[in-house]
Amino acid sequence: MPPKVVEKFEVDYVQILDEQGNVVPGAIVPKLSDRVLQEKYEMMKFLRAFDNKALALQRQGRMGTYSEFKGQEAIQVGAMMSLEEKDWFFPTYRDSGAIIARGVAPESIFRYWSGDEEGQNFPPGVHVFPIAIPVASQIPHAVGGAWVLKHRNPGSIALVTIGDGGTSKADFYEGMNLAGVFNVPVVCLIQNNQYAITLPRGFQTASSTLAQKGLAFGIGGIQVDGNDLLAVYTVICKAADRARRGEGASLVECITYRLGHHTTATGDEPYRSEEEIEKWKHRDPIERFRRYLERRGLWSEDMEKEIDSRVKLKIDEAVRMFESFPRPSPNEMFRYTYGEMPSKLKGQEKYLSRFLENSTSQEAQTKRSSARSEAKSVEQI
Amino acid sequence: MVQSINSALGIAMEKDARVILLGEDIGRGGGVFRVTAGLQEKFGEDRVIDTPLAEQGIVGVSIGMAALGLRPVPEIQFDGFSYVSLDQLINHAARLRLRTHGRLHCPLVLRFPVGGGIKALEHHSENPETYYAHVPGLKTVMPSGPYDAKGLLLSCLSPKEEDPIVFMEPKRIYRAFKEEVPEDNYEIELGKARIIQEGEDLTLITYGATVRTALNAVSKFTESDSGKSSIELIDLRTLSPLDEETILSSVKKTGRVLIAHEAAKTIGLGAEISALISEEAVEFLKAPILRVSGFDVPMPLAKSEDYYIPSVERILAGIGQVLSYKS
Repeated sequence: MPPKVVEKFEVDYVQILDEQGNVVPGAIVPKLSDRVLQEKYEMMKFLRAFDNKALALQRQGRMGTYSEFKGQEAIQVGAMMSLEEKDWFFPTYRDSGAIIARGVAPESIFRYWSGDEEGQNFPPGVHVFPIAIPVASQIPHAVGGAWVLKHRNPGSIALVTIGDGGTSKADFYEGMNLAGVFNVPVVCLIQNNQYAITLPRGFQTASSTLAQKGLAFGIGGIQVDGNDLLAVYTVICKAADRARRGEGASLVECITYRLGHHTTATGDEPYRSEEEIEKWKHRDPIERFRRYLERRGLWSEDMEKEIDSRVKLKIDEAVRMFESFPRPSPNEMFRYTYGEMPSKLKGQEKYLSRFLENSTSQEAQTKRSSARSEAKSVEQI
Repeated sequence: MVQSINSALGIAMEKDARVILLGEDIGRGGGVFRVTAGLQEKFGEDRVIDTPLAEQGIVGVSIGMAALGLRPVPEIQFDGFSYVSLDQLINHAARLRLRTHGRLHCPLVLRFPVGGGIKALEHHSENPETYYAHVPGLKTVMPSGPYDAKGLLLSCLSPKEEDPIVFMEPKRIYRAFKEEVPEDNYEIELGKARIIQEGEDLTLITYGATVRTALNAVSKFTESDSGKSSIELIDLRTLSPLDEETILSSVKKTGRVLIAHEAAKTIGLGAEISALISEEAVEFLKAPILRVSGFDVPMPLAKSEDYYIPSVERILAGIGQVLSYKS
């Protein structure tokens, strides 16, 4: 008897704009107004400028280690376009762009990466979880969040991002398996940017696509050209709508490329070639979208100049605000460890403040005595 | 203790719709120790959830639930399987409040049975409390009997309690003895130790299942000693934050300290308590602080576990040693 086939699978790939910004034959362009298209173009340009500025600030010693998202702007913007205010976004450390697109002030992001927790004290109405640094740890958080939304605010969804490296982690498997079993409204967006620090995507798993891992969770999977804003928007919206209707979780693999470093602390890049980077620069999501807009008569050199100057003003203002923030007070780490500060911590805080008082008064004393000796030497002259 | 914990969970779920339970075999099966028996029938599958086999996922999911407004009570079936959850607890549950400057926080209560003495398989008799007690941002609680278990758990699940808590249930006393336990709601304050009996000559500090062993040792001692010396027996109840006040005022009164715990000696809770006492009350000490504890070896299998677990005899010997010390 021939063997019985009990399961088969297919993984679709979606692209709407090709690399030249032409609409792919047969593709359905989402209904977005001209204004929205131009806005989203400007947002991608703003985020690129933000990312470049963050890198510059770090290199100048004005900000700490930072994780660039350069090259991934279509995902950062496209995914956020599908979210409503009531939804929740669970980001990774490479999603500063999406967090800003979702409504967090850019100076807040600079503030966080300079080492101040206040930077992730997002405004209460902005439904963004703090970034997850331990890879894939955010997946179960999003699944739990989605469970709450399903039961308490049906129609709302959770969107969670993860990198190609993250899909090898236990949290990804346990979390997404739970998502399938609980049938929760979570959209898991894999940002496959081809590298997990130095490890190319091909060495991360023997699976031919990352999307097909969704089959193991009972939720299927789909692949998208992650550098095509319209495709990302369309596919994520579809997944979000399914979730809102109570049809459960989705896995969407967005194919993109990390143009920058893993983080600013990662050194030179002997693990990938200049040719490869150049090849992907030609697939730049912002340039592709510009070409599309231009073909539709929605872009001009003048518009570009205006955007650039608006963007520069906004970024400069964000930097100015960031650099005006005061240093955290020593009280904060004690105050926010528990709901109510235990007496042991009150004691430790007092102990620390003695040293900080002493050192400030010592500094002041040193300044005064050196000013006096300067004055004396001037007199002597 | 199984019934009293079951009662606490039922009361908490009745009073607060945000309390939900999740874990392996807790719903249809009522839990492998029957601690959650009857709760799924009463509250439904959406409040008592049978999860797939995924401890770190269960705890991670609970963090998301807690952050978005629920009060989840995840259960891990055995102590040895709790270690995978340390990643999510240390890296997220304990830090969410500081990470967001209070915008988000994580009121979850993780429950699991701990300790040896039931001749269980490997990994089913661990004493992991120090790993959890060392995490700033977490609280750890370990009851020593049915009455305390219910009151402490109800405190953990009180709407006033906002922090992530690890609630460890000594499995060898799940059914070992009975106590009078009120049927309705009552709370035992977290962070407060209990002076089980007062004394003048020695402070014996312990917690969990070891409390019963210590009680036996103290009563044997009192018999043989004909009441010459009296021992003050303290049950910590909350392991972090420790009730420093109760510990220190007892030590200042008696001047002699014995600490007993089942967990391994090195870097066990006894080490922290010793350091605390030496920092804050050294001039009151008439003898070195001694610890009677498990050995610095992995918990052995059933046939050797009685060598490991502190016995009445070892605690008695410790009492004798501390009382007889002359400088």
